[in-house]
Amino acid sequence: MTVFIIRRLMQSAVVVLLMSFLVFVGVNLVGDPVEMLINPESDQAEIDRVMKSMGLDKPWYVQYGLFLVNAFKGDLGNSFIYGEPALQIIVQRIPATFELALVALLMAIIIGIPFGVYAGLKPKTTLSKTIMAGSILGFSLPTFWVGLMFIMVFAVMLGWLPSTGRGDTVPFMGLDVSFLTMDGLTHLLLPALNLALFKISLVTRLARAGTREVVHQDYIKFARAKGLSQNRVIFVHLMKNILIPVVTVLGLEFGGLIAFSVVTETVFAWPGMGKLIIDSIQNLDRPVVVAYLMIIVVIFVIINLVVDVLYSILDPRVRLQDVKG
Amino acid sequence: MNTSAEQATEVELIDEVAGVETPFQRFVSDYCDNKIAVGAIVVLGIIVFIAIFAPLISPTDPFDLAVVSVLDSKLPPGSESMDGVMFWLGTDGAGRDLLSAMFYGLRISLGVGVVSGIIAMCIGATIGLAAAYFGGRTDTLIMRLVDIQLSFPAILVALIFLAVLGKGVDKIIVALVVVQWAYYARTVRGSALIERNKEYIEAATCLALSHKRIVFRHLLPNCLPSLIVVGTIQTAHAISLEATLSFLGVGLPVSEPSLGLLISNGFDYMLSGKYWISFYPGVALLITIVTINLVGDQLRDVLNPRLQK
Repeated sequence: MTVFIIRRLMQSAVVVLLMSFLVFVGVNLVGDPVEMLINPESDQAEIDRVMKSMGLDKPWYVQYGLFLVNAFKGDLGNSFIYGEPALQIIVQRIPATFELALVALLMAIIIGIPFGVYAGLKPKTTLSKTIMAGSILGFSLPTFWVGLMFIMVFAVMLGWLPSTGRGDTVPFMGLDVSFLTMDGLTHLLLPALNLALFKISLVTRLARAGTREVVHQDYIKFARAKGLSQNRVIFVHLMKNILIPVVTVLGLEFGGLIAFSVVTETVFAWPGMGKLIIDSIQNLDRPVVVAYLMIIVVIFVIINLVVDVLYSILDPRVRLQDVKG
Repeated sequence: MNTSAEQATEVELIDEVAGVETPFQRFVSDYCDNKIAVGAIVVLGIIVFIAIFAPLISPTDPFDLAVVSVLDSKLPPGSESMDGVMFWLGTDGAGRDLLSAMFYGLRISLGVGVVSGIIAMCIGATIGLAAAYFGGRTDTLIMRLVDIQLSFPAILVALIFLAVLGKGVDKIIVALVVVQWAYYARTVRGSALIERNKEYIEAATCLALSHKRIVFRHLLPNCLPSLIVVGTIQTAHAISLEATLSFLGVGLPVSEPSLGLLISNGFDYMLSGKYWISFYPGVALLITIVTINLVGDQLRDVLNPRLQK
């Protein structure tokens, strides 16, 4: 186990290093770093000062070393637009993104599991067929376009829900959150549903496949034979057994939610990390872009590491295979 | 179960004796078993036709500034221009006929998706074949790289590349190739590993044929079925991803208005109730993606050796 974790940690470190190198090469060698990293409105003295502090007059490997050292210290430059450290700006946006992703995850479970279980228990009914056809649509629909249609229908035509922003926030355990205020909730509903749509389809399919498999098992027949009520059989015996794969896959997909929040946040002007990166790319705010790329890679490497370790605990074969390989 | 398998064998024997069906004919008849899939391939054919012949069949040329008039901008579907030209799906913010713009957009979207798919397929298949054929350290190294890349969502990888590279048709194709090669490599490696241990490869090795010849002339043709299936589904992904990136403003430049960019342009007018500028290009995108997926699903069923009669 320890060997496995150490190997995976080393692999993660290599991935982060590789990414940092890629970002560094992209910014410093493909483009013009002076133009990219120094505020275009600064005068010559300022340019000289920044060039010296960033070591742009030195050879590229020294520059890369400096970039790494600074990154470790948490210094990834200042944003041109906000004038604050890029890292700080991004960290401030993280809670909004995580809130959106978590609510979407919750929606996927609350909506997907009942749909899937129903479709699995009664596969022949029209409702089941509709649910399954809907799940195919959920996989095929481009997220951003569905978001636009949500805005068109619920915000423009019906006027029920707001289409942009986060609404009122209140502090909760040191972070500002939307889901505790009524205004925040109405703002949260559409973007979270939009982000969740793909995962709802996924959970529905998983729950249906699981139900169809589990429903024919002996322990379900036995539970029925004992004379337990239908509700108890479904909610206790069946549910417990279909939840394992669903929870595993959802854990794996959380990273995907954070990545796709870029799209949803842009559509609904949700003030999270994703909207920030798109705005920064468009405003040529390079330090923020570089910092975002580094942070998102670190977040993903951590998520992947946790998933790998959890998997190896659940299924020892994974870890043995890896050590052999 | 048993009896049906026996029946299937009988049918096969009869076919072989009669010698009526070539493998291709069987493939076509298997494919046509599913009515929805047949419909999908017909619709896909129409979409491809429109994409290829867009300049010939478009009612107007959306890039011809002499024809396009700002006075016609944001007209609802079914209205007529100052000169009496019918705009079946309305006009966009610059007064272009939306239907024509969609035809041209489809051309760009499909083009980017297919070109990136083909390049990624060539690169990915070569790497996957090399991994399976040589095995050992090469295999471990390549597959570890594939695993690491696939642990990042596609949109994130594409975003990283485009943030560094900037906008442009060539750049988005590079980003899509980087995103997709790993899927092809993994698929080809999977089927090549099974094929590698079969006797015809051993025979080819005994004939002292070169590695290159064995890999590309013997191994590759037998991996094609799974490659075709993945290719279809990946192309749908690529088109959807390109639309998303273009919508986000990090994909194609304004001079190459793909469907995603058309939708993005319409976003600005949506809040004032002018829905059609975003709506119809989105429907076209959706139909394209769904039909490609349906065709891919049916191909998977037909080409899967485990399900073959």
